[in-house]
Amino acid sequence: MKIHEYQAKQLFREYGIPTTRDILVTTPYEAECVAELMGLPVVLKAQVHSGGRGKAGGVKMACRLDQVAAVAEEMLRLTIKGYPVRKILVCPAVRIESESYLSLLIDRSTSKIVFVGCPQGGMEIEETAQTCPTSILRYEVPAAILGHLTTDECMPFAEQLVDGTSQAEAVARIMVAMGRMFVARDCSLIEINPLVVEERGVVTALDAKVLFDDNALFRHPENAEMRDLSSEDQDELTAKENNVTFIRLSGDIGCMVNGAGLAMGTMDIVKHFGGSPANFLDAGGSSDPNKVLAGLRLITKDPSVRCIFINIFGGITRCDDIAKGILAAKEQFDIPLPIVVRLAGTNCREGQALIAGTDMIVANTLEEGAQCAVRLGNAL
Amino acid sequence: MSILVNRDTRVIVQGITGRDGSFHTGKMLEYGTNVVGGVTPGKGGETVHGDIPVFDTVREAVEQTGADASVIFVPARFAKQALLEASTAPLKLVVCITEGIPTLDVVEAREALIANGTRLIGPNCPGVTSPGACKLGIMPSQIFKPGKIGVMSRSGTLTYEIVSTLSAAGLGQSTCVGIGGDPVIGTRYVDLLSEFEADPNTEAIVMVGEIGGQDEIAAAEFFRQRMTKPIVAFIAGLTAPAGKRMGHAGALVGGEDETAASKIAKLEAAGIPVARLISEVPHLLSLAEKTLVVKVPHRRVAAQRATIAP
Repeated sequence: MKIHEYQAKQLFREYGIPTTRDILVTTPYEAECVAELMGLPVVLKAQVHSGGRGKAGGVKMACRLDQVAAVAEEMLRLTIKGYPVRKILVCPAVRIESESYLSLLIDRSTSKIVFVGCPQGGMEIEETAQTCPTSILRYEVPAAILGHLTTDECMPFAEQLVDGTSQAEAVARIMVAMGRMFVARDCSLIEINPLVVEERGVVTALDAKVLFDDNALFRHPENAEMRDLSSEDQDELTAKENNVTFIRLSGDIGCMVNGAGLAMGTMDIVKHFGGSPANFLDAGGSSDPNKVLAGLRLITKDPSVRCIFINIFGGITRCDDIAKGILAAKEQFDIPLPIVVRLAGTNCREGQALIAGTDMIVANTLEEGAQCAVRLGNAL
Repeated sequence: MSILVNRDTRVIVQGITGRDGSFHTGKMLEYGTNVVGGVTPGKGGETVHGDIPVFDTVREAVEQTGADASVIFVPARFAKQALLEASTAPLKLVVCITEGIPTLDVVEAREALIANGTRLIGPNCPGVTSPGACKLGIMPSQIFKPGKIGVMSRSGTLTYEIVSTLSAAGLGQSTCVGIGGDPVIGTRYVDLLSEFEADPNTEAIVMVGEIGGQDEIAAAEFFRQRMTKPIVAFIAGLTAPAGKRMGHAGALVGGEDETAASKIAKLEAAGIPVARLISEVPHLLSLAEKTLVVKVPHRRVAAQRATIAP
């Protein structure tokens, strides 16, 4: 789960990671007032769930007060990678001595929790990692001690990241705080880019990116409260509430499948036979008829859908329960579209028998079903 | 023969009295799995499924039954405790079916299990089956056929689809392993490839992959350097849009390397044929095995000469 920079910085302050004293605004007038109080120059930063906002015009400096409102107004009109800018963080500009990169994350290639650092931070960090991989520092931490690291343990890493003993000590304290925050809030990423040493030698997090682990939201209602609902697709949220995973795509064949891998495989095969999937829908491993209902509701909401392909390979899921769910959905709301159903695995005969007497088409294999769905979609 | 589990594997079920644990214990018993006990804290002393004893702790269960493997059905919020408990008993294998476990919990439990020399499969996986001998987990029994193909997969239902395609084509399986769809898992493709390579009853391997992560590419590299047995692959997610989480937490397309298209290109470059349709897998296997017949005796002769020469 993503949160905004201003929220991540609130968390930083809570856990003792030094940041600039920023203020969030939503109008150009507010931005001007804040800048006047804060003192110039200021940096205005668009609050959107997207990387690369600097290059998209979402980070701008204003040196004169009359510039601030104009810059803010322009920024509030931006849409960055599909996300409209609704909030701006106004930050005091700082004089930078040096900037570095510091993050704490779960490295999936090693299954370890690791601090990643680079003495040269900034916007080009991905490029630096490619062109100069030796400048990337790593420090693996066992999960059991992450929440109570000591500054002594972090010092060797910190000393490689910044010059000067007092600066390294400050970085080590930041690392200890990151470890505590990572455990306490079940993060999957804490990234500071850039982490700067200011002119007076003070170490500050100029930016903040934090991701929460979706799997741990059940024990962190305080994390879930930080979710920006306006930045998320409403249908995808509805799906989440019903415990199905739904992602809208641009095609015209609605797909409902149990299991993420098979759902992707089904989309691929629809495409292979010349069709175009309208969505990804994983109904999960369960026989809950409500999931089938919710899934079909989401699919039929999309006016571009011309045919529905339901592909179930029952393991934990029982095919007759799925068939009952489909029949219940057809009774509850009108589905004026052809439906191709392929049922295999647990209780597939019982499921097929339920579908047999209806206007739905029963396919025996995945490929037959996909071909049939593509043909029907094209015929309309 | 097979890898990881066989007829002699003595299995306990953690969460045996829960809805899923109880149902699938029944299915495992029907399949012939040697389930010797179960664990549910507070229900020690009861028996289930006839005469299977329930214990309060894993340690007790292992001491009393001599179990060497555990399968975990405990709900996500209690899974870390169950995994840590399993790590303190001398078990060879722990298979964790539970989905949605917080990632930090998995990292910590994985580190504890490794420290105690226990192999973890999963979490968020359908389990392990050695057809005709032993099944740990939730895979539907009827799709399997004993034979010589090793199957490893990150996905559940996609595995069922592929295994039943193999069985229908007369290609039986030595062992089928669902490694799990999460970003952090106990056992990866490369770990299983060395087991399959060493297993005399496995002749070829089917790798079922998907978008996200680098594991398929690591497997291709391992294949190129260390393997004599052929691999055939299927990669799901050619049509997946970038940056979206497709159900599996692990299936998030990140950098360029992680798309299905780039994975397919790298696998093929390493000499692993990749099926574009699931129905092509048996055909590609038969082609790969033909080359194997030529390849393996040649190597054996070379190896014998090497031992005779000095």
